[in-house]
Amino acid sequence: MAKHNISFKLNGQQVNALVESRELLVHVIREQCGQTGTHIGCETSHCGVCTVDLNGESVKSCTVLAVQADGSEVMTVEGLAQNGVLHAVQEAFMQEHGLQCGFCTPGMLIRAYRFLQENPNPTEEEIRWGLSGNLCRCTGYQNIIKAVKVAAEKMQSV
Amino acid sequence: MATTAEDLAREDKLQGLGCSRKRKEDPRFIQGKGTYVDDVKLPGMLFADMVRSPYAHARIKSINKDKALALPGVHAVLTAADLKPLNLHWMPTLAGDVQAVLADEKVHLQYQEVAVVIADDRYIAADAVELVEVEYEPLPVLVDPHKALDDDAPILREDIKDKDNAGQGPRKHPNHIFSWEVGEQEATSRAFDEAEVVVKEEIYYPRVHPSPLETCGCVASFDKVKGSLMVYITSQAPHIVRTVVSMLSGLPESKVRIISPDIGGGFGNKVGIYPGYVTAIVASIVLGRPVKWVEDRMEHLSTTAWARDYYMTGELAADKNGRIKGLRVNVLADHGAFNSHAQPTKWPAGFFSICTGSYDIPVAYVKVDGVYTNKAPGGVAYRCSFRVTEAVYVIERMMDVLAQKLGIDRMELRMRNFVKPEQFPYHTALGWELDSGDYHTALTKVLKAVDYEGLIKEQAEKRSKGELMGIGVTTFTEVVGAGPSRNCDILGVGMFDSAEIRVHPTGSVIARMGTISQGQGHQTTYAQIIASELGIPSDEIQIEEGDTDTAPYGLGTYGSRSTPVGGAATAMAARKIHDKARKIAAHLLEASENDLEWDIDRFKVKGVPGAEKTMKEIAWAAYNRPPEGLEPGLEAVNYYDPPNFTYPFGAYLCVVDIDKYTGEVKVRRFYALDDCGTRINPMIIEGQIHGGLNEGFAVAMGQELPFDAEGNILGNTFMDYFIPTTMETPHWETDYTVTPSPHHPLGAKGVAESPHVGSIPCFTSAVVNAFAHKGVTHMNMPHTSFRVWQKIHELSLDKRE
Amino acid sequence: MIPGKFEYHIPTTVDEVVALLGEYGDEAKILAGGHSLLPMMKLRFAEPAHLIDISRIGEIKGIHEQGGTVRIGAMTTENELIASELLQQKCPLIPAVARLIADPQVRNRGTIGGDIAHGDPGNDHPAAMMALDATFVLRGPNGEREVPANGFFLGTYWTDLQQGEIMTEIRVPPFTSGTGYGFNKLKRKTGDFATAASTVVLKLNGNTCADIRITLTNVGPTAFRADEAENILRGQVISEALIEQAAQQVMAVCEPAKDLRGDEEYKTHMAAEMTRRSIRDALARAKG
Repeated sequence: MAKHNISFKLNGQQVNALVESRELLVHVIREQCGQTGTHIGCETSHCGVCTVDLNGESVKSCTVLAVQADGSEVMTVEGLAQNGVLHAVQEAFMQEHGLQCGFCTPGMLIRAYRFLQENPNPTEEEIRWGLSGNLCRCTGYQNIIKAVKVAAEKMQSV
Repeated sequence: MATTAEDLAREDKLQGLGCSRKRKEDPRFIQGKGTYVDDVKLPGMLFADMVRSPYAHARIKSINKDKALALPGVHAVLTAADLKPLNLHWMPTLAGDVQAVLADEKVHLQYQEVAVVIADDRYIAADAVELVEVEYEPLPVLVDPHKALDDDAPILREDIKDKDNAGQGPRKHPNHIFSWEVGEQEATSRAFDEAEVVVKEEIYYPRVHPSPLETCGCVASFDKVKGSLMVYITSQAPHIVRTVVSMLSGLPESKVRIISPDIGGGFGNKVGIYPGYVTAIVASIVLGRPVKWVEDRMEHLSTTAWARDYYMTGELAADKNGRIKGLRVNVLADHGAFNSHAQPTKWPAGFFSICTGSYDIPVAYVKVDGVYTNKAPGGVAYRCSFRVTEAVYVIERMMDVLAQKLGIDRMELRMRNFVKPEQFPYHTALGWELDSGDYHTALTKVLKAVDYEGLIKEQAEKRSKGELMGIGVTTFTEVVGAGPSRNCDILGVGMFDSAEIRVHPTGSVIARMGTISQGQGHQTTYAQIIASELGIPSDEIQIEEGDTDTAPYGLGTYGSRSTPVGGAATAMAARKIHDKARKIAAHLLEASENDLEWDIDRFKVKGVPGAEKTMKEIAWAAYNRPPEGLEPGLEAVNYYDPPNFTYPFGAYLCVVDIDKYTGEVKVRRFYALDDCGTRINPMIIEGQIHGGLNEGFAVAMGQELPFDAEGNILGNTFMDYFIPTTMETPHWETDYTVTPSPHHPLGAKGVAESPHVGSIPCFTSAVVNAFAHKGVTHMNMPHTSFRVWQKIHELSLDKRE
Repeated sequence: MIPGKFEYHIPTTVDEVVALLGEYGDEAKILAGGHSLLPMMKLRFAEPAHLIDISRIGEIKGIHEQGGTVRIGAMTTENELIASELLQQKCPLIPAVARLIADPQVRNRGTIGGDIAHGDPGNDHPAAMMALDATFVLRGPNGEREVPANGFFLGTYWTDLQQGEIMTEIRVPPFTSGTGYGFNKLKRKTGDFATAASTVVLKLNGNTCADIRITLTNVGPTAFRADEAENILRGQVISEALIEQAAQQVMAVCEPAKDLRGDEEYKTHMAAEMTRRSIRDALARAKG
C-alpha cells in the first residue's frame, strides 16, 4: 500500500507527514506532530475529546483520515493562545472553574472557540446545543456553560 | 483573626483555607500541556495490544502465533504459557483472590485477555492481533448470579474449585466467593416479629461503569543495565502499584518507580491493577524496551472495573408512628469471574454496613453473599467509598417505602428517625461511630428553599389532571476517609496517608503527598492548607504527587480520602514545621516561646509592638542560624493514621416531570445541600458537587452494562453507554451547612462522592414518587424512557380517553 | 480501534468515481462524511480494499433551485442543510431533521447523500425523503438515472443503488402554500439514533387534508411509508379521533427490532406517539 506525503497547516505552521491511508488525523497530530493536547476518548465519534478545527469547522479527528487533511488548515488547543496571550475561552475556563481532570478540556475549548465564531452571543440553551458533541465526566457542564457565556461577553466587549 | 485592613490584606495574600482560589492545574490543561499516559513517548517505545476472547466461557484448545510473528514490525506475542515460567500468568487481587493475567487454559469472560502482541506501532499491533489464531471450545455460560450456586451450575473457577476459602472466608459452592454478616441476626428477627409495621422491597442496583474519558494505560520501561523499572500508569494508587509490582516481579521496591502523571478522570476505575499493565511490564522486561499499552473504549467498558451489581432485599420494621425498630438487608453480589473487588482487606462488601444511614436504628443485620459469573471481574467503588452508594441507596429507598406504607410524609418520617445532633458521636447498630452531623437543620433548609409545601400542592393538582410529577428526596450519610489502620488495610498496608513539606531558605515551599489528583485540584487545595498553617502564600507553595521516587508512601486517592486523610497529614506536617518555627522565632526575638503569638504569617511577642518575625524570616534563619541544639532546615513529614472515618452528609431534593406517552423523565429541579465540614475551597467543592450530581444522574437515568444469555456484553461503546451531554444534563442548585468533623485537624470531611452517592436514590425517589399515588413503591434503575414507559403502560396511565 | 489497510483514492469528478467503482468493484467503498463507515472500519466490521473519498468533488455539493425543484448535492453536510436559507423557505423539514442528527462536529462531516445511501434504517433522511417525495440522481457506468425515494430502500443496508453507482443529487419538490410538516424523533440522548421517529408532510385544502405522507424511522428493516394510515386522513378534515386511528394503523405496520433502546412493544407505541405529534405539528404548520 502506498504511503502518502501530506502537508497541512497546523496552528499556523506548515507540517509535512508521510502517512498510511488508514492513519487517523488524531494520531498524526499527536504522534508525528507531537502536539498531544488533542486527546482520544471513545474512538467512535461520540465524546469529542479529539475535536480539532479543520478549515474553520469543528470535527472529531478520530474519525477523519490524515490524508483527508492534506492541504488543509488545522487548529488545535495549542493554537488558541496568540503570542503568549491566552484566548478569551481559555481565560474564562480558568476563571469559572470549567475544568477538572483536563482531559476533555482541549476538545471543549477548540469547540467553544469555533462555536463563538458561529454564534457570538449565545443563550444558555444555544451553548448547550453548540457543545453537545463534547462529553465531560467531571464538571456536570454547569461551569463550562458559564465559562462560554463569560468568554462570549468578553469577546463582545472588545 | 484579621481585624485591620492591613491584616485582611495579609490574609488575602495567603489564599488559604476557605477561599475560592483559582486552580493551579489549569494553565497547563487549557493550553494542551497536560501529560497523560498516552502523551508519554520514550525512545524505542513499542506498543502492546490484546487478543481477547469472543466467548464468555470457553476452553482454549490452541493458540497459533506464527502468522502474527511473521508480520514485519511484530516483536513478540505472549500468552499464559510464556508468563508461566515467570509465575506471572496469574496475579493476586486486592480481595484475596487471583486473576488471570492472560487466560490460562480457559477464558472466563468475553473480551478476556488471551495474548498480548508487542509491535513497533499501534497500527501494526492491531493488525497482528487479527492474525493470532485461537481455537476455543465453548462452555456453558453462567450469567445470572441467582443460578450461580445451583447444583448444576457450570463451575467457573476450576483453578480454585477445591478450595473452601477464596480469600474471604468459608464458601459453600465452587461459584461462591464469600458470605459476610454484620449485626445481630436474632435480635433483628425479634424486632421484626414484634413490629407493628414491616416493609420489604427487592432492589437491584445494576452493573455500571465509571468510564472516565481517559481509558486505562501505561508505559513500562525496564532499564536492563540498571535493573530498574519505571512505569507511567493511570493509577489512583501509585504507591500500592509499586509494592504489588515489586512483589510480582521480584525487583526490589527501590528499583521500581511508578509515576501517575495527569489522569483523565478516575472515579474508582483506576484503583485496580489490570492485565494490560502487567503484560506491558513483562514485555518491557523481556524485550528491554519501553512498552506502551492503552486500551480503547470497548476494552475499557468490557474488562476494567465496573461497580455495583447488587441484588438487595431491604426490610424495615417500625411502629405505627414511623419510629424504626430494625433494619435487615440481604444481598446477592455478582463479582464476575475473579474477585478483584477493590476494598480494604477485611471488608468483603466494603462499607455496605453504613446502610443504617442517617437514622437512629436500634438493631440491624446485614448479609452479603458474593458469587462468580462469566462477566468482567470487580468491582470498584464508582465515585463513592466502598459500597457506600449501594448502602445509601437501599436505606433511602426503604425510608420512602416505609413512609408510603404508613401514609406519613417522607420528610416527616426522616425527621422522626434522624440521629439527633446531641446523640453524636453516635454508634450505629452495625458498628460505625458517626462523628458529627446535623440532619434536621439540613433537611429543614432544603424544604424551605424549594417550597416543599408548594411542590406538594402542585403535585396534587397535576395528579388530578392525570399528569406525572415526582418529588424525590434523600438525606444521606456517607462514610469516607478510609481509614484507621486498625481496621483498614490494602494487601496488609495500613490505609494512612502522608505529606512531606519542605520550606526553602527563601520561604517558598515544596510539598509532596501520597495521594494523586485526577481532577480534584490537589495542587490548589493542599497549598491552601499549608498557606493557612504556615503563613506562606499559596502561590509560593508547589504541590507534587504521583511519583513514588519522590512522594512519601500513601494509599492514593479514592473513597473521598484525600481531604480526610491526606489533607490531615498535610495539616499535621505543617504544624510540625510551625512548632519548629516557633522555637526559631523565640530564639530570634530573644523571647520565651510562651510569650509568642501567631498572627497570620508571623510570630509576635505579646504586648511588644514591632517585635515580630515573619515565616519567611524564620525560614531563612532555619538555614542560616538556627538556635543551638536545633537541627538546621525546616521540613517535616507526617504519616496520618485517622482515628475515625469522616461522615459527610446532605439533603437532596429533586423534581421530575414525566411524559406519560414516551416515558421521558425531565429533571425540572435538583437542589443539593451538602455538609462536608470545614470547606477548604468553595469553588472546587461546588465543581465537585456538580460533577458528582451529573454522574449520579447518568447512573440513575441511563447507565448499565447488560449481558445477553451467552454472556456477550451489550452496550460497550458510547453509542449505548450513557454519558449525558450538555443537552440531557439538568441545571444544578447547590447549598451547604458546615458541621466540622471533631477529629479531623481541619474539621474537613471530604466531598466529591457525596453528590454521586446522594443523588442516585434521589432520582429514583422522584421517579417512583411520580407513581406513588398508584401504589408503586419501587422501580429499578436505570430510569430510561423505555423502562419508565413500561411502568406507565402497565398501569394504563397512557390510555387515551 | 484501528482500521485495516486500504488504498485511498481522491477523485475530483463524478466520472472518476464511476471509473474507480468500475475498476475495483465490490472491493471499493465510497467515503462520504465517514462517520458511519470509519467507525465500522475501526471495528473491522468493514474492511474495504479501496476507499474512494468524494469530499473534493465540487459538483455534488451545495443547494440550489432549478426547474421547480430544490436540488441538494449528495455531499452537502448536515450543517449546510441547517444553515440553508433556501431550504428554510422551500423545504424546512430537511433542516429540522438535520438538527436532530448526531452532534455539531459530526454534522460538519456527515452528508445527506451518505445518510441516504448507507441504507441504515436508523438514519433520518430516508424517511424525510419519502415524505417529501424526493428523487435521487444516481450516476453509474451506464450514465445517470433518477429514482424516486419511495421504492429506493430495499432492506437494511440495502438500497436500489447498484454496484458501480454513486448518488450525486437529491431533488425535492418545494413546499407549496398549505403544506405543513412534522418531525418527531425520540432518542435516548444527543448523538443517538431514533428509538422511533415519524415524519409527516401534509397539504391542506381549506380544512381538508388534500394529501399526506407519513413515514417512519427505525421501526422496520428500512424507513417506510405508512400508506394505510395516510389513507385514513387523506380527504378528511383531520380530527384527534382520526389522528388516533392513523396512529393505531401505524402500530399495525411497525416491525421494530428489540435493542437497548427498547423492545418491540415500546418502539411500536413510540412510532405511534411520534406520528400523533408529527401530524399535529404538520397540521398546525399547514394552517400557518
